[in-house]
Amino acid sequence: MVNFSARLSNTRKKFSFFGNSPTSKSIAESTWSEIEETLIGADVGVNASLEIVGDLKKETDRLGVSSISELTELLKKQLKVRLGGLDVSLSDDGDPAVWLFVGPNGVGKTTSIGKIASKKIAEGHSVVLAAGDTFRAAASEQLAMWADRAGAHIVTGADGADPSSIIFDATEYAKARQVSLVLADTAGRLHTKKNLMEELSKIQRVAGKGPGTVKEILLVMDSTTGQNGLVQAAQFAEVVDITGIVLTKLDGSARGGIIFAIQTELGIPVKLVGLGEGLEDLALFDAGTFVDALFETKA
Amino acid sequence: MFDILSDRLTGIFGRLRNKGRLSESDVDEVLGEVRIALLEADVNLNVVKEFQIAVKQRCLDSEIHKILNPAQHVIKCVNDELIEVLGGESVQFSYATKPPTVVLMAGLQGVGKTTSAAKLARWFKSQGRNPLLVGADLQRPAAVQQLMTLAESIDVPVFSKPGNPVETAKEGLQEAVRLGRDVVICDTAGRLSIDEEMMDEIQRISDAILPHYTFFVIDSMAGQDAVNVAEAFHARLELDAMILTKLDGDARGGAAISAKSVVGKPIAFASTGEKLEDFEQFHPDRLANRILGMGDVLTLIEKAEEAFDKEEAEKTAMKFMEGQFTLEDFLEQMQQLKKMGPLQNLVEMMPNLPQGVDSSDVDDGQLDRLEAIIQSMTPDERQNPMIIDGSRRGRIAKGSGANAHEVSQLLKQFKEIKKMMKGSKKPKKKNRNKKKQAGKRKKGRPSPRISDIGDLAEVSKEIENFLPSQQLKEFDLSEFGSLSDSDE
Repeated sequence: MVNFSARLSNTRKKFSFFGNSPTSKSIAESTWSEIEETLIGADVGVNASLEIVGDLKKETDRLGVSSISELTELLKKQLKVRLGGLDVSLSDDGDPAVWLFVGPNGVGKTTSIGKIASKKIAEGHSVVLAAGDTFRAAASEQLAMWADRAGAHIVTGADGADPSSIIFDATEYAKARQVSLVLADTAGRLHTKKNLMEELSKIQRVAGKGPGTVKEILLVMDSTTGQNGLVQAAQFAEVVDITGIVLTKLDGSARGGIIFAIQTELGIPVKLVGLGEGLEDLALFDAGTFVDALFETKA
Repeated sequence: MFDILSDRLTGIFGRLRNKGRLSESDVDEVLGEVRIALLEADVNLNVVKEFQIAVKQRCLDSEIHKILNPAQHVIKCVNDELIEVLGGESVQFSYATKPPTVVLMAGLQGVGKTTSAAKLARWFKSQGRNPLLVGADLQRPAAVQQLMTLAESIDVPVFSKPGNPVETAKEGLQEAVRLGRDVVICDTAGRLSIDEEMMDEIQRISDAILPHYTFFVIDSMAGQDAVNVAEAFHARLELDAMILTKLDGDARGGAAISAKSVVGKPIAFASTGEKLEDFEQFHPDRLANRILGMGDVLTLIEKAEEAFDKEEAEKTAMKFMEGQFTLEDFLEQMQQLKKMGPLQNLVEMMPNLPQGVDSSDVDDGQLDRLEAIIQSMTPDERQNPMIIDGSRRGRIAKGSGANAHEVSQLLKQFKEIKKMMKGSKKPKKKNRNKKKQAGKRKKGRPSPRISDIGDLAEVSKEIENFLPSQQLKEFDLSEFGSLSDSDE
């Protein structure tokens, strides 16, 4: 697994201030709107940005902060606090433990599973992948290639087969071979599709019916996602017990600011971040690095 | 928890609707709200700023039309500006005089390039062309396999070769010439706009195959960064058109406005579902309409026209009038309706959905059940339901997986509607339609070519009579909102 901070500094250049114009050294009225716009530009959202700037103003007055650099540090500190306070650990005790991966289409579920499998195997675990995306063309072939790369077992079913039963089979398969972790893929689905969302809650129910225990349900989210991300997270959390978020494609130029609203309003923590297409490009989420990156320009 | 653009605008416009005249501060107030609404719809901040200035200018420059009240005037300005930003005209394809016409797909990972490539192939096929798909995404595991599976379902050949994507693309082009295919669609790996190496690669692909059209695929859920991504791809590839995907979700698609404003090229297609036929030509006015919450009535009309055979509908209408409408006809009408795509999509296009009706509540299951019941009847029974006795009813129920009560329910309602229709005369019906239109106008919403959807209204009217609860009188089809309510 790569180092989050080291990896991001490869793709992002540091720079001194919000936005592109370090206009003055002391705080001016325009500073606040500049901060607000920087946050909005990072997909933090209008409401959350206004709230953050409001809090920052109060703190600035209270502490008598007057320089831009102090203000910057204060803001970063506040943002880190916002992203802290939730349990970000990943639980894999179970016989076997099951991690379900859910999310909209194209966010990187299958790729994330491949990377996590590789990491777990490197740590000495053995892993079974369950090819629960029976809908998208060649999805299980894609997962099989990841299984091959990572050295994981894989349980697949026919195209169009019931994903719940494939995942159930994978838990029995794992149990029989004393494999302690099942990573279960599911088909990408938009949260507006009622039937598909209901299918997901069935998957959660059935996955725990055999020897397996569902320990993590990870919502995979693309960091390019805008304000719709909050609705997505809310809707997925309604049908299954989301334990955390895997924020993918953070090596791109999008900053994933929507996670502030998700964490504040829904209390769902980001646990892992995706930083590329390689087997190693995965890191544990770190609020400090994430916040620093919000205020850096991209290479 | 979420303010979507249409909700916000509806709120503001509601307040302004009763005002006699509009001051500059009114305009500013509206624009302040429009700014927030657009940002929440993921329109890029800088694009929003430009938009605000342009709308304000438009509002102040133009005279308030006599027919419009001030609120309507602002709506019009916002709407006009949205349409202008979104693209003016739809894209018109011209094919290379020396075939094949070459199309290159480009975009970030996971936006839907491969699916769009197959959808595009299907579309070209429907235009009488013979496309070849080229799988040059050699990066993502099984991407080529995905393309092949999709291509097989629409009977389009695929060329791919492991190794170097530039070579694969080039050879794909030669293969098209050899096979005499007149359109080549080259799928490529998703790539980050800041990944110089990968951006170099797609530029080399482009240089090797010299595409007539380079399509940039953009996800309607994309956020603020869409502007930078579009700009970076455009700088490398000189994009010709865009495809907006995942519009079947509830993201407002503000990223389309952002991308459009920096690329300046039309959004050619909109992708509205996972099935390959869920793909339509993009209409800027309709997306603007969707954003403004006016309901995409026009798309609905187009879909209705596509699916309905006019003559057939007229014949049915005649039978209807004469009371000869049979369960057989009813079945046909239902199947026509289903051709228009999932009901959920149709309902989403409806303006003024009643409160409590949510498109996600609608489900095609109810139609399927009715269909199953009728299909379990013998031809005789369909022509003459009177002969259905207890034992026949039991058989039909068994055959369709319904219970006997559901069968009786359907028969009873069918009988009633038939009786009612027999009594009604054509002029009467027309009056009723007129009344409906007048009611709509009063609500301040334009009702474009409402009369054209008469056929559709007819059918939905029939079906509505088979459904127990009726929540809505505003627009016929919206009755489907009550489908799943009555299901459980």
